[in-house]
Amino acid sequence: MRIAFRDALFAFRKAPLLSVLSVLTIAFSLFAFALFGLVAINIRNALEGVEERVEIRAFITDGTSTEEIAAAASEIARYAEVQGTTVITQAQALERARRELGEFRDVFEEGVLPASIDVRLRPGARDPRSVRAVASRIATITFVDDVRYGEEWITQLHKLRNIAGATGIALGLAFATVAVIIIGATIRMTVLARAREIMIMRLVGATDGFVRRPFLIEGFMKGVLGGVVALAFTWLAAATLQRYLNFDAIFFDSRLVTFGLAGGALIGFFGSAFAVGRHLKQV
Amino acid sequence: MIQFFNVSKEYPRTGLALIDATFRLHKGEFAFLTGPSGAGKSTILRLAYFEDRPTRGEVRVSGISSNEASRTEIAKLRRKLGIVFQDFRLLEDRSAEANVAFALEVIGTRRDQIAPRVQRALGQVGLGSKMKSFPRELSGGEQQRVAIARALVNDPFVLVADEPTGNLDERATRGVFQLLRDINASGTAVLMATHNLDLVRRTDYRTIEMDHGRIVYDTADTGRPVLAPEELT
Repeated sequence: MRIAFRDALFAFRKAPLLSVLSVLTIAFSLFAFALFGLVAINIRNALEGVEERVEIRAFITDGTSTEEIAAAASEIARYAEVQGTTVITQAQALERARRELGEFRDVFEEGVLPASIDVRLRPGARDPRSVRAVASRIATITFVDDVRYGEEWITQLHKLRNIAGATGIALGLAFATVAVIIIGATIRMTVLARAREIMIMRLVGATDGFVRRPFLIEGFMKGVLGGVVALAFTWLAAATLQRYLNFDAIFFDSRLVTFGLAGGALIGFFGSAFAVGRHLKQV
Repeated sequence: MIQFFNVSKEYPRTGLALIDATFRLHKGEFAFLTGPSGAGKSTILRLAYFEDRPTRGEVRVSGISSNEASRTEIAKLRRKLGIVFQDFRLLEDRSAEANVAFALEVIGTRRDQIAPRVQRALGQVGLGSKMKSFPRELSGGEQQRVAIARALVNDPFVLVADEPTGNLDERATRGVFQLLRDINASGTAVLMATHNLDLVRRTDYRTIEMDHGRIVYDTADTGRPVLAPEELT
């Protein structure tokens, strides 16, 4: 193993330009993928922000006692899909309407607007079908007069989310495939550059495992280095966007950073394993 | 030692390179493989160190059969063979010492044993004073000596040499050939392909002559051509 490490470091020293080029190729491939990832998580974040506003409003028949409304609100809050409920009295409804629709404040008179139970849904239960199911269930409560949830808006939002998700997966796979192909070709170049050394190793009795080892270590190191450089580029790109476009973007959390670096290392490792394995089959 | 049983080798692009070759190289023996270019000398050597496998027949080297040997077995077998080429096949970016040490490192020799064995091997080929030199700083003859030292450092039972003097001037040729004779005198068998007939005539070593992929003459057998002259064309 000591010799494998020494040979891997020797390969870096022996062909510094090729090593730097291959690290940069890995870095740019991962950078393109990371930029896409950054856009994807920001879109997802924005959509989640909009989704949080998905809400069901159950209007209560006039004359229903406060205790009955509170009991119904507690019962609804126990539904698996429900995150929480808020009881809005007639007075609060009037105050809210006057606040939100300032220019019509004089139109609203006391007692015109009904009391309601506002129902917030858990993430994952904000799709049209779940919202419809919860709304139908609430509608069966005897003193619930009407249930509103902006069905059309929720359907459109859900469609947008599905399109964004599918596009994200397709583009992500395409970017990842391109990254793997480019990285594979780069590593193959480094293997070919050392074809003579491999030939001599085999002639003096090196096993395939011994020949492979330094390449795997080299691929792993290049993958990690490429990942770090790609991360730095992505951070710079995000910071530049935030600064000049005044765009409040979110960056990868530590879990995604670790995932990205591990991904780079694995691509380097398996790319090398594949390239050197293929070469050994041919010689 | 090395045994060929009715071995033929056919390459997809160039066709039959070796036809029905049968011979045996004994322990400690020195044998020349001679014949014109394309006669099949290098094919025999490639089969002897299992770089190629026969299309028909069987090669056995130190009990390992070409029909059954795995890649790992071949790697381990090569540790007991010394292989020398016309073009030396040295690593240009490493010193003579590092080139020889390389053959020990790749087979996992203990670190403390490498330096003395490298010194001994380079001393044996007369390059004890040029251990730190890089191949580009050495003459052709000296480079071939480094390659021979690399082949010797694992104490092989046989040295397989493919035109080892092909790139050398006459003086260097004599020196390298004498070195191979000394190695043989110390008990290592040598199978050497050459088309330098001066070398062959200068000694009474066994000669296996080849032509068009066939063994046509083997002094170990009858001392006469194994094929009639009209069959050679």
